[in-house]
Amino acid sequence: MESLNALFSLGFATALTPANLLWALLGCTLGTAIGVLPGVGPAVTVALLLPVTQSVDPTGALIMLAGVYYGAMFGGSTTSILLNTPGEAGSIVSALEGNKMAKMGRAGPALSTAAIGSFVAGSIATVLLTLLAPVIAGFALQLGPVETFSLMMLTFAAVSAVLGNSPLKGFIALLLGLAMGLIGIEGQSGQSRFTFGLLPLIDGIDIVVVAMGLFAVGETLYTATYENKIAGRIESLKGSFWMSKDDWKRSWKPWLRGTAIGFPFGTLPAGGTEMPTFLSYSAERKLADEKTRKQFGKGAIEGVAGPEAANNAAVTGTLVPLLTLGIPTSATAAIMLSAFQQYNIVPGPLLFDTNPELVWGLIASLYIGNVMLLVLNLPLVGLWVQFLKVPRPLLYGGIIVLATMGAYALRQSWFDLMLLYIIGVLGFLMRRFDFPVVPLVVGLIVGPMAEKHFRRAMSINEGDLTVFLTHPISLLILLVTAAILVLPPLMKRRQVLLDSAR
Amino acid sequence: MKLSKLFVSCLLAVTPFVAQAQVEQFKIMAPANPGGGFDTVARSLGEALQASGQAKSVVVENKAGAGGAIGMAQFVNNEKGNPHALLVAGAVTVGALETNKSPVNFGMVTPISRLMGEFNVIVVPTASPFKTLKDLMAAYKAKPGAVSIGGGSAGGIDHIMASLMSEKAGVDPDKLNYIPFAGGGEGKAAILGNQISAYISGYGELADLIKAGKVRALGISASTRNADIPVPTLREQGTDVVVYNWRGVFGAPGITPAQRNELIKMVETAVKSPSWKAKAEKMEWLDMLQSGDSFKAFLNEDIKRTAATVKKLKLGN
Repeated sequence: MESLNALFSLGFATALTPANLLWALLGCTLGTAIGVLPGVGPAVTVALLLPVTQSVDPTGALIMLAGVYYGAMFGGSTTSILLNTPGEAGSIVSALEGNKMAKMGRAGPALSTAAIGSFVAGSIATVLLTLLAPVIAGFALQLGPVETFSLMMLTFAAVSAVLGNSPLKGFIALLLGLAMGLIGIEGQSGQSRFTFGLLPLIDGIDIVVVAMGLFAVGETLYTATYENKIAGRIESLKGSFWMSKDDWKRSWKPWLRGTAIGFPFGTLPAGGTEMPTFLSYSAERKLADEKTRKQFGKGAIEGVAGPEAANNAAVTGTLVPLLTLGIPTSATAAIMLSAFQQYNIVPGPLLFDTNPELVWGLIASLYIGNVMLLVLNLPLVGLWVQFLKVPRPLLYGGIIVLATMGAYALRQSWFDLMLLYIIGVLGFLMRRFDFPVVPLVVGLIVGPMAEKHFRRAMSINEGDLTVFLTHPISLLILLVTAAILVLPPLMKRRQVLLDSAR
Repeated sequence: MKLSKLFVSCLLAVTPFVAQAQVEQFKIMAPANPGGGFDTVARSLGEALQASGQAKSVVVENKAGAGGAIGMAQFVNNEKGNPHALLVAGAVTVGALETNKSPVNFGMVTPISRLMGEFNVIVVPTASPFKTLKDLMAAYKAKPGAVSIGGGSAGGIDHIMASLMSEKAGVDPDKLNYIPFAGGGEGKAAILGNQISAYISGYGELADLIKAGKVRALGISASTRNADIPVPTLREQGTDVVVYNWRGVFGAPGITPAQRNELIKMVETAVKSPSWKAKAEKMEWLDMLQSGDSFKAFLNEDIKRTAATVKKLKLGN
């Protein structure tokens, strides 16, 4: 209760000053704009804002930077849903169902459920941050490479559910993603693999280039090629752009589940925002009833609501290790850390004692920022859906331009542009021959991480494979993984029982 | 000989007049993402060049990748002969160029000045049985594989420090159980969570954890003990290893000796300005200013030592 006291007496008192409210508003607006632009991520923006904020007092500056961080997550879903161009890894999954919904004229509900889900998840996660930060941080540290590897096995098992109609094609796509993930320097030995002597490949292929290539470029090529054969056309708006009663009913549980998956992942040293979105998506798909499950892949609102809540909860989760231990677990958090250092503030165990008004002010401003973002984003939904009224050739031309800009913005490299179009052709071929693209993305993101943690675990434990079974948490995760693979019918029956018990 | 000496002294006589003119625009290449070490040095130098009135404007260009090799390649290609272009590089770049078999190397750019350095510190978890460096080294000698040592990317300065320490203990560095962590955050989490035996990083990065008593510092890689830092050196504890993580600036390929001298003068003036000094103090950077030929000699020595270590560790291909 001490923390609640501090939050209200110190936190809101600091955050609710007119100047700080203004900084929060500025940060949220800027963040939303950045999220909408593909390729310009929150990490780069926060970095570029650092020198600008030098003359501002530290609390105001950090409140603004946190607004940028949050706002970018809110805005990132917009382009994913409307234009199928996921500008960052955390919103790839939202493109899956979200863009399908948009094409059916349900862009409004898709955007709304994303915005409200983000708000719900962000708020709950902030409450958890307020009450439990020190406890969770200490626990998360106990999870080392052994547990992390087991978690990744769980992710692989869970996403095999999204392998599409043909498991064979799904696995081929997954293997393709794993192979692409091998490109670049292998961290443990410093060997470069499959780079063919090309310097730009040494750091591997950027996931954003792959996502934009597969989704935006591939889709555009497909549409251009089969223009006449595609039935119907994009509906800009069918029915209300507001969520219907049914949409609400179908969204609230995914929001809560997404939060429950996303927040703990954010606090992990190796968490990130991508894995929880995959897990949330496959959880929603598995838990859906017969009728709803058929909608997955064709625009199921659960597939937007869950992952969007998950990525926002994860973003808040990353503040736990940052504030309590001084450990950044994402690129943006790393830059926030250097912002702290710029003001001679040392995040970490002593921060809550040395700068209480800053910490609690920042946390209070997260509550305020969440409300601001909702107010900012909901009215925009009506504006955004107008985009889909643009005639299709122009719309797809615009998408190609956006994707190209986004890929180039990453590191100003013509090589990445070439890669974007090559992957675009690959995406077109996959679409043409009915291969699902998500397993490829999952393989590319999770594959190299799993390899790294496996090698780390082996190195630390001198090659002892049994560690995965002797560490209790790891064993537990692996048992759950086995259950997912072996007992899907039982899992489902349990869910039915639970539902009827409610 | 005499003629060339005369030529050089003539140039030296002329340079002060050249240097007094304010440069319209400087371009500084930071071969990393915004926010990192290279970027901080590039931006701080840019501010100092402006604050000391030597440049009207400074543009910092970020080009991340391959430990700095990609930014360096672009610098070599685009800035040839440009007297107002600088590249930031350092010990990390030396290691990366050696392990990656990069097509660019330090012979293609013009060494100007080493700007700053940071020494490394080796820490263990508070719960660790190793109370001193001697405990750690004894355990390592007895069973190298059982002592996992974390640090920055493979072939980098932290890895080199670990392998030099291994050599001093009389153990083939090939036996070193080194766990590379990219980006610092994961490595800190691993040492705080007692996942690895020891962890090596720049002192500035770990200072807060050491001060808060969350990790135990066993030794720093400086040659003599620093008054502000309550950590003994490796050398005074019988492990004679001294390494610095340095960063410096380089001029474009193909600039004239006069242009090089002018750049040295401008950079040195900037580094002596209050703007740079304030930043350096904030970041706990060591003043390691060294310019021109002596910097070049230091660089060649560092490249040689790194190459030898990388070879011994069987890194790269």
